[in-house]
Amino acid sequence: MIELSGVSKTYGTAQAPIHALHPTDLKLDEGQVVGLLGFSGAGKSTLLRLVNLLETPSSGRVSLGGQDLTGLTAAELRQARQQVGMIFQQFNLLSSRTALENVAFALEVAGLEASVRRERAREALSAVGLSDKETAFPAQLSGGQKQRVAIARALAMRPKILLSDEATSALDPHTALSILRLLKQLKAERGMTMVVVTHDIKVASYLCEQSVVLEKGRVVDRIDMGNPQPVSRLGKFFFETARGWTDDTELPQEDA
Amino acid sequence: MNDLFGALVEFGPALWKATTDTFLMVGVTMVSAVLLGTPLGVLLFVTSSQGLYPKPVLNRVAAYLVNVLRSFPFIILLVLLIPFSRVVVGTSIGPKAAAVALSFAVIPYFARLVEQNLRDVPRGMVEMARACGATPLQTVLKVLIPEALPALLGSLTVTATGFIAYSAVAGAVGAGGLGDLAIRYGYYRFETSVMIWCVVIMFVLVQCTQLLGDWLVRRTDKR
Repeated sequence: MIELSGVSKTYGTAQAPIHALHPTDLKLDEGQVVGLLGFSGAGKSTLLRLVNLLETPSSGRVSLGGQDLTGLTAAELRQARQQVGMIFQQFNLLSSRTALENVAFALEVAGLEASVRRERAREALSAVGLSDKETAFPAQLSGGQKQRVAIARALAMRPKILLSDEATSALDPHTALSILRLLKQLKAERGMTMVVVTHDIKVASYLCEQSVVLEKGRVVDRIDMGNPQPVSRLGKFFFETARGWTDDTELPQEDA
Repeated sequence: MNDLFGALVEFGPALWKATTDTFLMVGVTMVSAVLLGTPLGVLLFVTSSQGLYPKPVLNRVAAYLVNVLRSFPFIILLVLLIPFSRVVVGTSIGPKAAAVALSFAVIPYFARLVEQNLRDVPRGMVEMARACGATPLQTVLKVLIPEALPALLGSLTVTATGFIAYSAVAGAVGAGGLGDLAIRYGYYRFETSVMIWCVVIMFVLVQCTQLLGDWLVRRTDKR
């Protein structure tokens, strides 16, 4: 479903290059959820942004569902991006639009008709449990609700792939868990393929089948989350610092 | 006091004419700011090296032109533009000619404000638009301008109040308007009451503009 081979990202000049990401391979089968773990500046966001080519790779190839993105024209690439949902740490909701209009943004961009947009945006908002917040502006929503609207926007085009860039990092723990449960449910119900950037091992343990640990722009570990046996120092550190969440973890109060 | 109201009767028609001339000048100026300054500001923002659509040469040329125009003292700009005004509006004196010079002054000024307002839109919004597959034009029209709208209206208000006062300078080319009347009668001919009335009317104009602007900002700001 997702295949990145030998992708790298280098900034700066030829004399003083800054390697954000050394050549890296990343392969996900359909329905697989992979975590990208690491500290700030490790290159995990860069790797994520290479999947939908928000960053242009300095070398290597990116292909999604068999389509090679690296050779596409700008217009073809925009079309390909419409088939990949993305959510962010800061939600990135448009403050001037209501929840429903925010969800419809992705559909507007794709040029869908107004009646179709409305129907699909409603459907997506209902899928994240916010049917009653259609006319609310982002400023009137809680953090968890904002991220739900953002997830609805990412789902509106019915993508097979979802990219998550620290989607729960700005939320308090129980709100974070309720968002992760929603993502897990989307994986189970829709078989979505996900790449999840996080610095929190609990997120990876809860959601991901496999984690890729990045350090200074290099992959240092690939961990099977079902049977975790980290080999790198950083990989071991992540596991030592936290116990994982489970399906049974009690939420003090349900955030919707 | 009698003097003051006597002047109002005597110079009423002149004051009215001056007020409408000021309206004409400032109105044309603001239309130029919105219709030409806004696109120029968007261009400055979008074509910058970190922008949506980097075009370094175009960006440098536009920034250079803006800086050149912004460097001129207004009075010099007025004189320099005399031949141009004659071609565009058929006259080199009066409020119409002054409006041409005021437009030349306002376009680069407002463009810089627009550029700054767009810079203040969180970068994540642009990233989100790109991730949704939006074109640069869609990003400008559906994301940047709506998100910056309250700030843009604030900038427009600052510009309008500033140029109400600025239009007075245009009296130097016989532009008419309240500033011109204040100088010609009030200052040169010692008709202090005319000067006072001119200032009062300008104060009311500035005040009303500011209130209207503040109200629009409040209406559009959903943050």
